[in-house]
Amino acid sequence: MSGKDVALALADLVAIALFIYGLHELNSPATARRGNRLAMVGMAIALVAILVQTSAIGWWAIAIGVALGGAVGIVAALKVKMTAMPQMVALYNGAGGGAAALISIVEYYVAQNGTAAIDQVIAVSLVLSLIIGSVSFAGSIIAFLKLQEVMTGRPVTYPGQQVVNAVILLGIVALAIWFVASLGTLPAWGFLALVAGAIALGVLFVLPIGGADMPVVISLLNSATGVAVAIAGFEINSVLLVICGALVGASGTILTVAMSKAMNRPLTNVLFGAFGATGGMEPATGSGGPQQIRQASADDVAIMLAYANKVVFVPGYGMAVAQAQHSVKALADQLEKRGVKVLYAIHPVAGRMPGHMNVLLAEANVPYNQLLDMDDVNPEFTTTDVALVIGANDVTNPAARNVASSPIYGMPILDVDKAQNVVVLKRSMRSGFAGIENPLYEMPNCSMLFGDAKASVDELTAAVKAS
Amino acid sequence: MIAVAHYINFLTILVLAIFVGFEVISKVPTTLHTPLMSATNAIHGIVLAGAIVIVGELFVGGSQNALLTILSIAAVTLGAINVFGGFAVTERMLEMFKGKERTK
Repeated sequence: MSGKDVALALADLVAIALFIYGLHELNSPATARRGNRLAMVGMAIALVAILVQTSAIGWWAIAIGVALGGAVGIVAALKVKMTAMPQMVALYNGAGGGAAALISIVEYYVAQNGTAAIDQVIAVSLVLSLIIGSVSFAGSIIAFLKLQEVMTGRPVTYPGQQVVNAVILLGIVALAIWFVASLGTLPAWGFLALVAGAIALGVLFVLPIGGADMPVVISLLNSATGVAVAIAGFEINSVLLVICGALVGASGTILTVAMSKAMNRPLTNVLFGAFGATGGMEPATGSGGPQQIRQASADDVAIMLAYANKVVFVPGYGMAVAQAQHSVKALADQLEKRGVKVLYAIHPVAGRMPGHMNVLLAEANVPYNQLLDMDDVNPEFTTTDVALVIGANDVTNPAARNVASSPIYGMPILDVDKAQNVVVLKRSMRSGFAGIENPLYEMPNCSMLFGDAKASVDELTAAVKAS
Repeated sequence: MIAVAHYINFLTILVLAIFVGFEVISKVPTTLHTPLMSATNAIHGIVLAGAIVIVGELFVGGSQNALLTILSIAAVTLGAINVFGGFAVTERMLEMFKGKERTK
């Protein structure tokens, strides 16, 4: 090892330490920002080290790629609305998966041209990072399209879907075995079929999953990209990639499990629940005709709120879409001025990502101690005068408790129906992201206030002020 | 010939890193799950380093293949989107937690 090699290896070590310490700092809101900054410094060190190590050969190609990718990534990150962040994470994750797959593809062609030999371990890692990277790339794009509502958020199913998936999977396994057995000397069509198969698998894997489960899927794909990157580390002989990939693979797995747990259903149910469940879902949505609901005016609701002792806000995706978090905070201030106790009930999967609501409410300067997790807030509802549901639907659906045929049966929900009064702010009677009816709206203690969440909350604030 | 000892070293590092990943992350509160996912997403942007290595391998003999050149540039571009976009969006999310710790 030359002095330069030692210096570069140590630079990688510093970068890795910064990544791990940075992740540790992300454990607490107080230090989270510093954690992200430390990881950024680690990334800068690692990238400079790699440029020195390769003597920046092909520097113009690297410059073009970094300028293009950096510009696209940063501009998109700064322009995107806070509500659209989940799908941005999906896109960036897809980019990472795509990069891992492209590394394998280029490695394969370089080996074809005879400049580098492929041994068994490299053959296995090449084919694995190619498949996992491609699945993550294609799956993330579908997840993005679903969340962006370019395509339907409902599960997409068709007859024979499982057979098609099984055939593709078997084909991929066969081609992968061929690839490893021939040490990467299989004909080009076989390799291309492998790439196409992996992309198709990614698309078909995410298509039948409903939009409400998308956070779990993004988390899983994030973890998958980590695994692909770790394996790519074997391919190009980089400890740095192995460690970073493994860190992300492990963290993504933990996060995925935590999210499925919040929905009280095994991960396999989230991923494959749409198969076979389609038959049972239709009658649930179609039965019963129009729901019997009571509509309230903003003034009625304002009086209810102004003379309450305790009000619990239950924010959901509707608040995020309407960017109503600042209005919600203004209403809370107005109520607190009148001596009303205000709390916020945060369901772990409210919005489109865990912590989505926390991030938005933090933006509006809502103090942490008013944000209560599901387990902490549920006992509060029996002593709550008004539960104000702002654009949340599925996470308040009592069908999850007692209707065994409901697709969300068993998911822990916020017990808003136990409050004295429930007021639901909603754009229309359209069903929620999961596409199912909510019996809460027919309950005698529930009234509806239709309209854009922000406009409705602003109206309430004005009315409370006047009363 | 496979350099067995070399790969065993890599495998050892991989397994240890997985355990570190579990340990360092399992204590994160729900509030920070979205920023955490975003931050880990940015960290696997290290794949950009891999793309840079690939470009080096390709160009070391002077790449004469237009398709491979384009594919390697695409790899760098995607890696750069992952790194820069990932960190930028995480930073934006965490900006909202600025100065709130005193209320905790």
